[in-house]
Amino acid sequence: MSNMTYDSAMEQFDPVFGIEVHVELNTKTKMFCGCANEFGAEPNTQVCPVCLGLPGSMPVVNDKAVESAIRLGLSLGCDIRESSRFARKNYFYPDLAKDYQISQYDEPTCFEGSLDVVLDDGEVFTIGIERAHMEEDAGKNTHVGGTGGIQGASHSLVDYNRGGVPLVEIVTHPIKGAGARTAEVARAYVATIRDIVKALGISDGRMEQGSVRADVNLSLRPKAAPGEDQDVVPFGKRSETKNVNSLRAIERAIHHEAGRQADLLLAGKPVVQETRHWHEDTNSTTPGRSKEEAEDYRYFPEPDLLPVEPSREWVEELRGTLPEHPAKMRARLKEDWNFSDMEMRDAVNADALDLILASVDAGATPQAARKWWMGELARTANDREVSLCDLPVTPGHIAELQSLIDDGKINDKLARQALEGVLAGEGSPAQVVESRGLEVVSDDSALEAAVDEALAAQPDVLAKIQDGKVQAAGAIVGAVMKATRGQADAGRVREIILQRAGVEG
Amino acid sequence: MSSLERSDVERLAALARIDMTDEDLDRLSGQLAAIVDSVAKVAEVAGQDVPATSHPIPMSNVHRPDEVRPSLTQEAALAGAPEAEEGRFRVPQILGEEA
Repeated sequence: MSNMTYDSAMEQFDPVFGIEVHVELNTKTKMFCGCANEFGAEPNTQVCPVCLGLPGSMPVVNDKAVESAIRLGLSLGCDIRESSRFARKNYFYPDLAKDYQISQYDEPTCFEGSLDVVLDDGEVFTIGIERAHMEEDAGKNTHVGGTGGIQGASHSLVDYNRGGVPLVEIVTHPIKGAGARTAEVARAYVATIRDIVKALGISDGRMEQGSVRADVNLSLRPKAAPGEDQDVVPFGKRSETKNVNSLRAIERAIHHEAGRQADLLLAGKPVVQETRHWHEDTNSTTPGRSKEEAEDYRYFPEPDLLPVEPSREWVEELRGTLPEHPAKMRARLKEDWNFSDMEMRDAVNADALDLILASVDAGATPQAARKWWMGELARTANDREVSLCDLPVTPGHIAELQSLIDDGKINDKLARQALEGVLAGEGSPAQVVESRGLEVVSDDSALEAAVDEALAAQPDVLAKIQDGKVQAAGAIVGAVMKATRGQADAGRVREIILQRAGVEG
Repeated sequence: MSSLERSDVERLAALARIDMTDEDLDRLSGQLAAIVDSVAKVAEVAGQDVPATSHPIPMSNVHRPDEVRPSLTQEAALAGAPEAEEGRFRVPQILGEEA
């Protein structure tokens, strides 16, 4: 099944898209009970009668989750409803212990906002936000038998540790007018949401762990005839691609869906309004259940929870705690750090900005911090297939490494070896330098001996230097560095060579 | 509000995963319609000035601090499960639904 390319789909149709982003909050406890909200515990050890939906249990709202939801809503320019309530969304699925999810329906806490996202070339695109509401997460299914997927499984196992973890779901209005830049805008939007929740400190924002997840809605409609207003052309039927969990996958899912739908439309076939599943391995989607069949959730107000009515004073107080918009912060840092467009973009895309910032705060220079994180460390993270922040290296280590270089204790080459030691878990850079004996040889007599030996071994080079061909000294420097296993200060070695050759005044 | 139709009951039963015979549907659609119609009478007395009320007690903002409380042990959590495996609830095949 080969799809039309994204570019040609975009030439022939006008895309309209919408995104639902689920943000998992990093509160200490769950949304409606005191069970710990922590990733990675033994299965079913962070559960209680409330999140297991046992009879007679009563949910109580986590006030920190409400605070986080309001701060996020304010960051998205939303209004905060004076009185909002929870609702039950009824459906059966094994990861949902109660057979309903507590969510918000007709009275979400945050509504009608807008968010500016900045594309790589600096173009700003404004996304309309319909709502941001609170709800609870579901448990985790593991399918047993078959190939690990749902198809062919003999049965499934459920861990409810995640069930009841607080989520904020952010829903956009239909986004029009992005044309061929749709995939880029979608990616930039989710990246901006992720940056905002990290800056707010309300979520770790880690997409690979599911802390930020996106569902992507896309439809295609015919392009308006010349002179006709595109806005009068009705929307096409949309598909909703679920759980697209990386920034790259968001772009790819839109590429795939645009091509698939364009193929259908050009062949005169209908696009079915349905949920589709994203497959990271094949970069494609497959149909889930069709919408009209499944989407009858019979929402009704949650009788076990009282309305949430944040006072205006509290909302204004929370507004005072909002961080700078990530795009503004980036523009400021780029100028402060004197980074080129490309250096900044690469750092952002590698998720290195926070690490560089923390390294600078710890005392490293911006360029040094960038060099280490985007060089050695980015390569190592790539080799180990982990995120930069998962490496056993801290911003403090980078600042320490830099100060060892600045103090002349080690050179660049030795610093790399020290970093290797840190990556191998041998301690801080200073400890590795100590334990591996990496300090530069600054004892002149040792260096002089090495220089004399090298000069004696290459008398022709000595003659050249004495002839005025000073650049020939490089060969001797190289020999000395080799003899000292890289632990000599190359500049000092050069000075000694010239002294020995008697050409330095 | 109009009375509840037999087809509504059939659909609700399907959504609620309740297996109902034709006989059940006939009997219950009559009974449920009587209940729905009785409750709908409230709408006749409530004027425009009476707001819809989901929560009869005038209370709001009953929240709890974000403090961890003890959870159940894995054994206790799984004690009521029909089947358990590897510390998890074991459930039958999930087919024709989303992952």
